[in-house]
Order: sequence, then structure tokens, then C-alpha cells
Amino acid sequence: MENKIILQTQDLSIGYTNKKHDFPVAANIELQLEKGQLIALIGANGIGKSTLLRTLTGIHKPLSGAVKLLEKNLRDFTAADLARQMSLVLTEKLPPSNLTVFELVALGRQPYTNWIGKLSETDLAKTKAAIELTQISHLVDKKHYEISDGQMQKVLVARALAQDTPLIILDEPTTHLDLLHKVSLFMLLKKLAHEAGKCILFSTHDIDLAIQLSDAMIVMTETTVVQDTPSELIRRKLFDALFDDENLVFDMEKSKFIFKNL
Amino acid sequence: MIHNKRNTTLFFLLLIGVVLLFVADISFGSVTIPFHDIAETLTGGMASRDTWEYIIINYRLPKAITAILVGMGLSVSGLLMQTLFRNPLAGPYVLGLSSGSSLGVAFVILGAAYLPGFLGSVLVSSYGIIVASFLGSLMVLLAVMLVSQKLRDTMAILIVGLMFGSFTSAFVGVLTYFSTAEQLQKFTFWSLGNLGNLSWISITILAFAVGLGLLLSAISIKPLNALLLGENYAKSMGLNYNKARFIIILSTSILAGSITAFAGPIAFIGLAVPHIAKLVFRTSNHAVLFWATLLFGAIIMLFCDIVSQLPGTQLTLPINAITSIIGAPVVIWLLVNKRNRLM
Repeated sequence: MENKIILQTQDLSIGYTNKKHDFPVAANIELQLEKGQLIALIGANGIGKSTLLRTLTGIHKPLSGAVKLLEKNLRDFTAADLARQMSLVLTEKLPPSNLTVFELVALGRQPYTNWIGKLSETDLAKTKAAIELTQISHLVDKKHYEISDGQMQKVLVARALAQDTPLIILDEPTTHLDLLHKVSLFMLLKKLAHEAGKCILFSTHDIDLAIQLSDAMIVMTETTVVQDTPSELIRRKLFDALFDDENLVFDMEKSKFIFKNL
Repeated sequence: MIHNKRNTTLFFLLLIGVVLLFVADISFGSVTIPFHDIAETLTGGMASRDTWEYIIINYRLPKAITAILVGMGLSVSGLLMQTLFRNPLAGPYVLGLSSGSSLGVAFVILGAAYLPGFLGSVLVSSYGIIVASFLGSLMVLLAVMLVSQKLRDTMAILIVGLMFGSFTSAFVGVLTYFSTAEQLQKFTFWSLGNLGNLSWISITILAFAVGLGLLLSAISIKPLNALLLGENYAKSMGLNYNKARFIIILSTSILAGSITAFAGPIAFIGLAVPHIAKLVFRTSNHAVLFWATLLFGAIIMLFCDIVSQLPGTQLTLPINAITSIIGAPVVIWLLVNKRNRLM
């Protein structure tokens, strides 16, 4: 029986450090990400979402505690091993190049290709499968700078998918997208989690959509980091603590934030 | 994809181009030699005059081979730099390696007068110049590597390279102020570049260095492709970034350092040729670009060498002037036309 828990943190505390002092961002973080789950990470700007993601992806070292990927401590992974377990979709813009969409997705196969990066039959098949699952077949011959932001996000998801990892982490994938494209990207992520059995963690500011779509949510506030299902989080009134502003309150019935005192 | 039909045709044409220009380069020169004598000599036979055979084997053949080595080496090092620094204007020149070589050579040629007579004459010999050039570019390389450990930003490394360039050219300027006309002439000749005058031993050493540099470049093809998505994506795909960057910088400096040592600083080839290859092959895949840049580099350098001999005249122009005359407009044209997708 395969292990359902993909990523787990134990008494994790995250933050920055210099020679003399630690600058903790959050502490006592206990997370459990399972196979087949779509998990949203939400929190106000500057609360430490990026720091948490950077720590979970191994870019950043934890101040204390451990991040365990498939029951093995993250720091014991080599870059090459990690690339077969975890793939990323980042917010940064791609450098200028002549890469086509197909080549970009196929680069996801790098952890598996030989020294010169030649694609085997398996690599081609996995690349094509990723392209079909994300429905970007009509874009494959376009240069990556010729497509829209919404299409680009799908291409980047396809690249992560081609990397064939149990865990995919996305940093604010819906920023700069209109509502239609946000929803279509979320639906795609949900499909990948439920049908392809991936464990998908993404950070977002689209709280309403995340509440409706995700299987679990991680809420970061000034004082705590809590993971639970959206309905439980609503019941526990955790969304009220999300923003420190009396004009913005969470309406439990509508499951969304509303303005007060207007 | 390397296997598509258009690329196969292009590679075939490029290979033919290299062979044709190689023969053409040997055929032209200040002494007119009938073609069948050239063909005879190249295929191992005898030319109808001994002097012709001597000219071909000891002057034109080494020069054509040097042109190929220089063209391939500089172009590939430019390709590596452009991808590593995510900057279409990067090249061995910009990183300051050539400036380092110039400084080393300037010290030797212009500063030799201040050394005791015996030491001075040893230094000004052609081997002294080669060693000085090597040491100069190695020094800049080590400085750049040291800085690159401290600075995570690749743009900053480029700027440091530019500063090294300014610093060394200022220093060379100061040295020239204190040197005699004869020394100045010698330095100017070196700085104009020269593909000829290389003995077979020198060519063997150069070929070995270029071969090593190209080998290191070839094993960097996969990391270079990963770097097309930027450093963070490359790392997330399992790339050992520091190691890859070290190999890429090392191979660039071996290529640029050895070539500048033997042929002088040759401008624009490292910068312009990769762009020509990218434009013609319309790809960013380094498995294709590596070979394309290699062949284009050889072709363009051979072409520049033919032009520099001014076929039909007794004159020979400095190679650096020709590469600049051809290279600079190409770069400007590229910038104006394809502003945002230079790579």
C-alpha cells in the first residue's frame, strides 16, 4: 500500500537568520499534505507565504524542525532526487529565448534524460500526456513569448506535470489572470489532484475560489499557521483573523469577504 | 528537435560551406598559386614549385586551421556566456577575459624596457606574450569567479566584467604613455589580431586547448537548456547550479584565454555568431545551437580571413578590423530588429 502522506512538517519554524539573530516568521507549523489533495495556502501579503513555500521546496533552510517528503528529510535529498519528487511553478518571468511550448514542457523531463538531454520514447509520451491533460495541444508549436498569460500558466503546469512528481507546488499561479482563466486554472489543478492523483499545493489571494475548490487550506495569520478543510476553517472562524482590518469581515453564510461600514 | 529535416539540410549546407571556404582561404593570398597546385599539395602530392608548396604547408594551411579553431572557440564561448548570463550581449569580451589578456601582453611588451636586458628580451619573445596573455585572462577569470561566489546576481557579474575591461584599458593607456614608438607598434599589432605566424607546435597546443574547451561546453548542453527557464527552474529540475556555472565559466575562459593568447583579441565573433546561429536555426535548443554555432563560427572566421587578404592585391588587413566591420553592423541590426527575443 502506497503512503498517502506526501509532505509533512514537524514542529517547523521558518524565517531568516544572520550571524547573530534569528528572525522567525512563523513557528510550530504542523502540515500534512496527502496524495490526491488540492491544497491552498492563503494569508495576507508579507505574512510569510513565500518563506513557507521556499522552506517546503528546500530553497530555504528551516530555523528548526523538519520538512519530510515521502518520510525522508528534505535536506537529505540531492537536487537530482528532489527533482523527481517535487516540481514547481514559480512567479518569475522566463528569460528571453526561442523555446517553443513543446520544448518548454519537454524540459520538465530533464531529471530523467541522459547527459545531453535527449528525449526517449517514454519522455516524449509523458510530455504529450502532460500537454493533453492541460489541453494546450493547439499551442505546442508556438514560441513561449507568443502566448497569453493564462495560456502560459497552463504551459508551466504542463511542464511541472511532465516532470512526473507526486508533489507539485505553485506560487501564486492565478495572479494577473481574469476570473475566467483563474477558474479554468483552478479546475485544471483540481482535475490533476483528483484524477492524476497528484498532491498539489498552491498559494493564492483568491480566497473565495480557494474555499470552493480546494480539499484543504493552510491559513497563515500573524499568530498561527492552521491546516484544515475549508468548511472547518469557516466554522473555526479562522478567516476573520486573516486580515487585521475592521472594515473587512468574513461572511460565513456567503463564504466570502464583505466590506463593512460602506 | 535535432532530427528535423530543415536542420539536417542546414547542417549539410554549413558543412559544405566550411569545406569550400577552407579551400578558398588556402587558395587566396598575396602570392597567386594555381588551383590544381593547391589541390595537389592538400591531397599529399607535390606542387609544381617548391616555394608554392612551402607557402601552402607552412603559411596558408596553418592560418586556415587557426581561423577555424578561433572561429569555433570564440563563438561557442559566446553562446555559453549569453545563456549563462541571460544576456544577449554577453561574450568573452564583455566578461573581461580579453581585457585581462591585453593587460598581460601590454605589461610584457610595453614594460619590458624597464626590466634588465636579458629578462626583457625573453619576455618579448612570442612565448612570453602567450604566457602573459594566458596569465592575464586567468587573473580576470579568477577575479570574476571570486566575485561570482559573493554576488548571486548574474547581471552584477557582467558589470564587474565591464569594470575589469575599463580598468585594464586605462592601465594599458597609462603604459602606452611611457613606451617607445617601436613597443607601441608591436602592441598595436598584437591587439589587431593575427591568425598567421603560428607554428605547427603552437597550433597543436591551441587545438588541444580549444578541444578541451569545446568538450566542457558539450557536457554543458543539458544544463544550458535548463538555464533557459532561469536559475530557479533549472535548480528545481535537478541542476547542480554552482557546478554547472563553474564548468561553463571554466570552458569559456579556456576557449577565450587560449585563443586570445595565440591570435590576439578578436572582437565580435563571440558576440555575433551565436545570434546568427539562433536566427537561422530559430531555436534555443543547445544541442542544435552548439553545432550550429561551431560551424557558423568556422565559416565566418574563414570568410573574414579571406576578406582580410584582399584577394587580388598584395595587401593584408588586420583580422580584428574585418571582424568588427562585419560584426558590429550585425549586432546593431539584431538589436533594432529583434529587440525582445534576442536569444
